Amino acid sequence: MAGILVYALHDDEGNFNKNSLGAISEAAKLAGEVGGEAAALVVGDIADDACASLGNFGAAKVYRAKSVPEGLAQPIVDAMAKVIQENDISYALFGGGLLGFEIGAGLTARLNAGVTMEVTAVKVQDGKLVVERPILQDSEIADVGYVSEPGIIIGRLNAFDANESGGSAEVVDVDVEMSEWSTKAKLVQRGEQRGADVNIEDADILVGGGRGLGAKEGFELCEQLADSMGGAVAATRAVVDAGWYPYAAQIGQTGKTVAPKLYLAAGVSGAIQHKVGMQNSENILAINKDPNAPIFEFSDLGVVGDLHKIVPKLTEAIKAKKG
Amino acid sequence: MKICVLVKEVPDAAVQKRIDPNTMRLDRGGEKNLNPFDTHALEAAMQIKEGGAIPVEEVVAVTMGPSSAVRALHKAVALGADRSVHLADDALAGSDVCATGFALAKVLESERPDLVLLGQQSDDGECYTIGAVVADHLKMPSLTQVIQIDVTDGKLRCERQAEYGYDTVEIELPAVISVGDAINEPRYPSLKAIMGAKKKPLDSKATGDVGIEAGQVGEGGSKTKVLGLNPPPAKEAGEIIEDEDTNETVEKIVAWLDERKLI
Amino acid sequence: MPAVAPAEFPPPFDSNDVIGPPTDAPEDRIEVGVAIVGGGPAGLACANKLLQLLEDEPELTEKLGEVPVAVIEKGKVAGAHLLSGANMKPSAMEELFPDLPKEEWPVYQEVTKDAVYLLTSKAALPLKPMPPNFKNHGNYVTSVSKLGRFLGEKAEEAGAYILSETAATKLLVEDRIVKGVRSGDRGRGKEGEELANFEPGSDVVAKATVLAEGTVGHLTYAAYDYFDMHGADPMRWELGVKEVWEVKEPLDRVIHTMGWPLRKSPRFNEFGGSFIYPMGEDKICIGLVAGLDYTDATFSVHDALQLMKTHPFIKKLIDGGKRVAWGAKTIPSGGYFSMPKRLAVPGMMVAGDAASMVNVPTLKGVHYAMHAGMYAAETIVESLKQDIDSVNFEAYDEKVRNSLIEKEIKQSRNMRQPFSKGFFMGGAIVSAMTVTKGAFPGGHWSQEHDAENEMELGKAGDMYVKPDNELTFNKLDSVFLSGNATRDDAPNHVRIQTHVPREIAQTWVSMCPAQVYEIPEDQLENGAAEVDVHVTASNCVQCGAITAKGGRLTLPEGGDGPLYQET
Repeated sequence: MAGILVYALHDDEGNFNKNSLGAISEAAKLAGEVGGEAAALVVGDIADDACASLGNFGAAKVYRAKSVPEGLAQPIVDAMAKVIQENDISYALFGGGLLGFEIGAGLTARLNAGVTMEVTAVKVQDGKLVVERPILQDSEIADVGYVSEPGIIIGRLNAFDANESGGSAEVVDVDVEMSEWSTKAKLVQRGEQRGADVNIEDADILVGGGRGLGAKEGFELCEQLADSMGGAVAATRAVVDAGWYPYAAQIGQTGKTVAPKLYLAAGVSGAIQHKVGMQNSENILAINKDPNAPIFEFSDLGVVGDLHKIVPKLTEAIKAKKG
Repeated sequence: MKICVLVKEVPDAAVQKRIDPNTMRLDRGGEKNLNPFDTHALEAAMQIKEGGAIPVEEVVAVTMGPSSAVRALHKAVALGADRSVHLADDALAGSDVCATGFALAKVLESERPDLVLLGQQSDDGECYTIGAVVADHLKMPSLTQVIQIDVTDGKLRCERQAEYGYDTVEIELPAVISVGDAINEPRYPSLKAIMGAKKKPLDSKATGDVGIEAGQVGEGGSKTKVLGLNPPPAKEAGEIIEDEDTNETVEKIVAWLDERKLI
Repeated sequence: MPAVAPAEFPPPFDSNDVIGPPTDAPEDRIEVGVAIVGGGPAGLACANKLLQLLEDEPELTEKLGEVPVAVIEKGKVAGAHLLSGANMKPSAMEELFPDLPKEEWPVYQEVTKDAVYLLTSKAALPLKPMPPNFKNHGNYVTSVSKLGRFLGEKAEEAGAYILSETAATKLLVEDRIVKGVRSGDRGRGKEGEELANFEPGSDVVAKATVLAEGTVGHLTYAAYDYFDMHGADPMRWELGVKEVWEVKEPLDRVIHTMGWPLRKSPRFNEFGGSFIYPMGEDKICIGLVAGLDYTDATFSVHDALQLMKTHPFIKKLIDGGKRVAWGAKTIPSGGYFSMPKRLAVPGMMVAGDAASMVNVPTLKGVHYAMHAGMYAAETIVESLKQDIDSVNFEAYDEKVRNSLIEKEIKQSRNMRQPFSKGFFMGGAIVSAMTVTKGAFPGGHWSQEHDAENEMELGKAGDMYVKPDNELTFNKLDSVFLSGNATRDDAPNHVRIQTHVPREIAQTWVSMCPAQVYEIPEDQLENGAAEVDVHVTASNCVQCGAITAKGGRLTLPEGGDGPLYQET
């Protein structure tokens, strides 16, 4: 019996994160192959029903650490380390997202365990898990195995799909004594939304702007182009952090995941953190002056050129075509 | 207080990085440079030092790596660090995240810093995890991908983006903070600082000097093993247009959109 | 349409703007013993030689202060901006490092076989007997960007300060004595405004200053104006574009070609040729060099090189291989008569390419640069040993004039000019010249500045091939391969007139291997006699061609530009 423990992240309303649900389903699938079961760890005072509902995604058991706060990694490291040590658990699996990286890293130190990150797939070889980890900006994929247990696997955002299998999980409360240093960071505010609230998830056409726009004003070009096509404007994390565009429009690792009919990337380099949020778009069109920009590796149409020249003309041409 | 900044020597951004198929390690030939994310960590350290909200006695750049990594330390010192520490030992070669984090923690232990700063990722490893590994070994609170640090009443107030928006976190010292590149615009070193860099103290330490035992680091101390390398799954190559005549380019784009019924 | 020459549209640049007294307060100035501008073969040979000589001169070393030798290099590292053939004569390396075994030299191999071909569009005709100027037996194939790194490391080990990512933007002169250089500001925006991370430059004052800036020396050429050092002829240049290829089959010889794709009609003045050198077992380099006195505004060395690679003779050498490096650089080609009339002025010496120390017919310059750097080092030590405040380095002039540098370059002093009479006739005269060691035809064939030639909108551009991204590549892809990392929002460092006759604008657009210049699309085909020129300075790889053809390359922020690794 080699169990796989998944951290189930939730927001302040107690809604579980879809990446965590995906990780639970993945863990259930893998546990089946290695002859173990999938378990999830939930922190905070989450109702029995809600915890048990993780069984629907494949968790056989849910460990609940009521006294441990959600939102920061280290208290959760305390909880997971305890559960792993006290139960027959061979792997910890995270569904991607910032906290998963931090918790996984903390467990690495705490349990002297091997860790892999940005994992896009997990397979079973000789009863052990082997992960596929893209490296060097996704130019190669390394197969990585663990020399000892437990092993920590941090998935890439959206790497694992949630599957509803029906079923209910057994809920087990655990008492966790937090490490002294785990209590020295306090969340003052969680999930603050900055800038206007815009809806990008429902748009069929998205124009994404990145650093290549050169300045905040560059977004006007994107807005005009989006207007001409009846689409919305999205942004990369770099430009959101720089204050060029509202957070609600951010795509990627710590932003939204979208899959529109058309994603038109203007001045977006295509860093992995952005890629994971938009790579499932039906059509990807990229305009970038850097012929080596990673985005050209996964775009359907790549235009190497100056977006400041191309986008205004494209906007005019589309308007003209639409009459 | 004392700030230690973890820095790393990585292949320059201009270098096409590749894995040596024999060792399964990064081919370290070609031009190397200070990891660009680390320059943001150094700048953050300097801004805390110069900000005056808390007295900073010393900023120390710390690295682990081959002998060439001295150049990265010189750069770090030119950017403001007062001195540097270089953990260099053949025994470290091939260390994975687990072993690297352990080794760095051991060097840091010998420095007893009040604050450890580092870049959120290295250009070559792209692991994002070293800060949190080091923090747990040092039994310090930590936060990664921080884009704003303010010091008030001897505590740090940090901001960063997490899953649901911007988080604000108050952290007691000592702490380990990894910073994102949005946190600041790193300064250029002054010519005087560049010239002075070689004169600032540089401690070179072997694993034994910081209490690392054989077998705890390097390939033997690593808990993961690269079993093989494969090219990414072939994706149907997209079409590429070079913009030579913009009117023509736009025509091609419109035709492409039209074909797919996107306009 | 009246014919126009680029020289009629001089760049907005005044040499006096980059020469002046120190401006930092005395206590803020950085004092060094010897300031060497440029981390290339000349500057680094000088630094190494200086430190070798200073080992026996503890007293002088003491007097030179805490930093006896500083090398100011604008590239990311010494070697980052270096590009050459390069087929090096070993004399300078042997002299500088007599005890260093050749196995430790930064070279690929000794040349044991060489060949010259005349290319036509379909065939390659071996030239036998080989013109003597092309003989390379006993020379070594190297990459100057690797040589620069090697010499830089040696110099650093010996105690030199290599100040990379530092541009020397002003020559410090007081009472007509050179006092050092000022480093450039960093962190300015497009309009020159100070950005948040602005870092001002510093005055670096020195007992002796050596300008070893390489081709198209920013301060050197200003100094030629200021100190009236110009040679009998103006400086002239050729432009070389070079690629390094990983190949399946090693190359067993050094190859030079003449002829196609350069056109042989004297009307176009397309003088030049190609070089193809082996670089160990798995790489070769291939480059094309052409004189910048050509007259067809649509001529492009980069595109001519791409076209040349489609020639069956060339193609088979690189077929199935992979292009791993690209770069471009001018080569001073004026030869003997373009060398400055004096190489030293009070406080300063000039060495290497910046002083036209290149033997064009034999394609040699690296060893001259190194020898000159060593002479400068000897002069400095001899002079300062006598009097630490001496600014008299005239002995350097003497040393160079009596050395192989001047002797060899003088032998071929008229060699380039015959080619303006057309390829075949030129070839005949050059052969005679080589055989008679320059005695025939003797005298001094006058040379004009490259920018004096009138340009016409010819048809060279129609010959070029559309890049296939396997064998042939466009300019932008190539610039990225050079490792160029110039900030997009940096001030423009390229000085040109931005509204000029179409012939001039097209000259710049076609000539530039890095796609810095563009004519706005609406003006491309509207037939107007005069057009605007847009400058994308961040593409610039600092080859220097614009200075030859009517503009002026100044220096961007230190650290900008290419990161050549094996060119």
